[in-house]
Amino acid sequence: MTMKMTGAQILWECLEREGVEHVFGYPGGAILPAYDALKHSRIHHILVRHEQGATHMADGYARASGRVGVAVATSGPGATNMVTGIATAMMDSSPIVCITGQVGSRLIGSDAFQETDITGVTLPITKHNALVTRADEVARTIREAFYVARSGRPGPVLVDITKDAQQASCEFDWEAAKPQLPGYRPDLSPAEAEYVRALELLARAKRPVILAGQGVLASGAMGEVRELAERAQIPVALTLLGLGALPASHPLNLGMMGMHGEAWVNHAIQNADLLLALGMRFDDRVTGAKESYAPLAKKIHVEIDPAEINKNVKVDVALVGDLREVLRALLPRVEPGDRSEWLKWIEGHQGDAAVRDIQSLEDNGHLYAAHVINDLWIETRESNTVVVTDVGQHQMWEAQYYKHEDPRSLVTSGGLGTMGFALPAAIGAKVARPEAEVWVVVGDGGFQMTMAELATMVQEKLKINVAIINNGYLGMVRQWQEFFYERNYQSTPLLSPDFVRLAEAYGIRSMRVTKRGGVVPAVRAAREHEGPVVIDFRVEQEDSVYPMVAAGAPLHEMIRRPSPLVETAADD
Amino acid sequence: MTEGRMLNTFVVYVENKPGVLTRVASLFRRRAFNIDSLTVGRTEKPEVSRMTITVEADPDQARRIEANLYKLVNVLLVDNITREPSIARDLAMIKVAAAQEVRPHVLELAKVFRARVVDVALESLTIEITGTEDKIDSLVEVLRPYGVMEMVRTGIVAMRRGKRSLGPTQSNVVVEDAEDENIAQSA
Ligand SMILES: Cc1ncc(C[n+]2csc(CCOP(=O)(O)OP(=O)(O)O)c2C)c(N)n1
Ligand SMILES: [Mg+2]
Repeated sequence: MTMKMTGAQILWECLEREGVEHVFGYPGGAILPAYDALKHSRIHHILVRHEQGATHMADGYARASGRVGVAVATSGPGATNMVTGIATAMMDSSPIVCITGQVGSRLIGSDAFQETDITGVTLPITKHNALVTRADEVARTIREAFYVARSGRPGPVLVDITKDAQQASCEFDWEAAKPQLPGYRPDLSPAEAEYVRALELLARAKRPVILAGQGVLASGAMGEVRELAERAQIPVALTLLGLGALPASHPLNLGMMGMHGEAWVNHAIQNADLLLALGMRFDDRVTGAKESYAPLAKKIHVEIDPAEINKNVKVDVALVGDLREVLRALLPRVEPGDRSEWLKWIEGHQGDAAVRDIQSLEDNGHLYAAHVINDLWIETRESNTVVVTDVGQHQMWEAQYYKHEDPRSLVTSGGLGTMGFALPAAIGAKVARPEAEVWVVVGDGGFQMTMAELATMVQEKLKINVAIINNGYLGMVRQWQEFFYERNYQSTPLLSPDFVRLAEAYGIRSMRVTKRGGVVPAVRAAREHEGPVVIDFRVEQEDSVYPMVAAGAPLHEMIRRPSPLVETAADD
Repeated sequence: MTEGRMLNTFVVYVENKPGVLTRVASLFRRRAFNIDSLTVGRTEKPEVSRMTITVEADPDQARRIEANLYKLVNVLLVDNITREPSIARDLAMIKVAAAQEVRPHVLELAKVFRARVVDVALESLTIEITGTEDKIDSLVEVLRPYGVMEMVRTGIVAMRRGKRSLGPTQSNVVVEDAEDENIAQSA
């Protein structure tokens, strides 16, 4: 059955049919027809304070739930404000759909008011994008956008719709608007020969390590990864975005690998004779120097994107396909293994942990960020918690000290490392999962990039707790200056407003913590308070994240925490 | 580990839609692969365009170029014909200074190369030549002493030999240009 509708009405109708309940957006001239038609829609529109925020919210929504997030903006400056959020989603394969208004089709190319070639601008940072100039193209393009965003290796798709395409009317026929993408093949699967070679390598391996990345979450392969690890007794190292893919408490879970990974994890990788990479892409932050990376190991790469094969690290076997399906095909053929010797070897190295046993560290009047994270973890571990982190030292401390048990319990910008991500992404996460307890862990620098979204949070009555790890510095950059630029702290000391009074100005309950003893009471008070809370944690100013593999250094060469802080066995 | 770099020839079928050429060109720029030549044109199917792209790459890079091209939603099919029996042609128009005294020599050279004279002016001749890149390079080389005033080349178009051809069409029978056989070097 068909009916006559405007392009704007078709837009919302299609979003509804794609399962969208919330969109994050900001209006303007070129998208006004769409906003006008919103009154007929069941979709709830969340007004953001900056379009970058809208894209991070859509992204946080997608990462916390696995569903496609949607952001809406006007042409020109509205659209260009989305660029950082789109690039962030692209780097971390997050499925979002961005809708932008565009000037009338007859004005395109004339440098009309607020005209920006946004499909041109976002060409290299979208999985796909499209310009729609006619109402009868809206339905198909939106359906294709959702299909492309969530299938295969997920990613952002932008649809730019001219004002006249929103205004014009045409027959709407959902069925006839099926995606027509003859060249798009997201469903590859490996050849039998590849399985055979992978199984041979697995059977022969004495010192294997599984490297689990975000692909495990994207494909929903947590159970399969766990089964594989347990059956073949293979320890699992996780990437930053893979945290939660296997419970931190699982005996085979080694923890995070890479630049700020634990020493034993990186040593295990460097000494492995087989790496089984599952849904990860050998980013330079996890490999260190490529030439000396896992020199003894054969490598099997299970990956949905064929363009990732042999891009960063040469592999011996590539299984290109959906991780869950590949593992399901593989699992029945995997021999149970006994790798107790290898596991013991790794365990022996755990005594070499650089993580301070902060629980036994006496309260010497200093407040370390690690204290905050540790205590936050202890307090919230039993509940359904999503921690959303920004970028910098606090992000790495969170990854080290918050022990993630569940998939999608951590939302963070990995590939692009986008400061300002956390607060808006947390808003998206909370909208997607209202029953979850959402915590923002953010630096004093990154918070100031997008703190305008506090108002969005309040307007939407979202219960989110914000922990500002306030060290008075752009801490991660300061750390690099300390290590590699002779402590020349150029442009990293940072003046901040009084965050407590700032939060109060938004009507948000707020408190300040300066001593370790204050952490737990503040966390408890925040959890008990009905509305949103901002806590200003005044932490040690010149603390650094250890261990650290310097950029470009071999993975086993780690900068260790200097005494007098105690280094003990793995913290628990 | 990897064999050396060589010139790879890709035949790429894409949807005939606005902006697809930009997407393909942008991909090569973004991934830092240097395009040597790129041609695009219509095919026997109106909804499909065909590109011939030549690019310097080692075998591993060539595989990744192919995989990255497939990531573009509008790309229908990629055929790396570098190692396949194929015909590659380039077309050039060369305007040569050719005053009365030297004109017979220039005409003679054109004849040897089976090139056609397509324009005659008082002081110049314009020669059109179709062939492999090598053949055209050779002609340009021998014409240079007379003074090449202007030249334009289309870039390479290529096709697999024989009846079998990958591609969204089945009827891709190649008829060899017999005249050219002696000079054409097949891959
Ligand atoms: C948008 C953006 N600009 C710059 C950077 C570079 N950068 C990475 S970490 C960092 C410092 C972050 O400082 P802060 O938010 O206070 O967190 P801290 O490291 O102190 O925990 C900077 C500037 C970035 N990642 N993103
Ligand atoms: Mg800071």
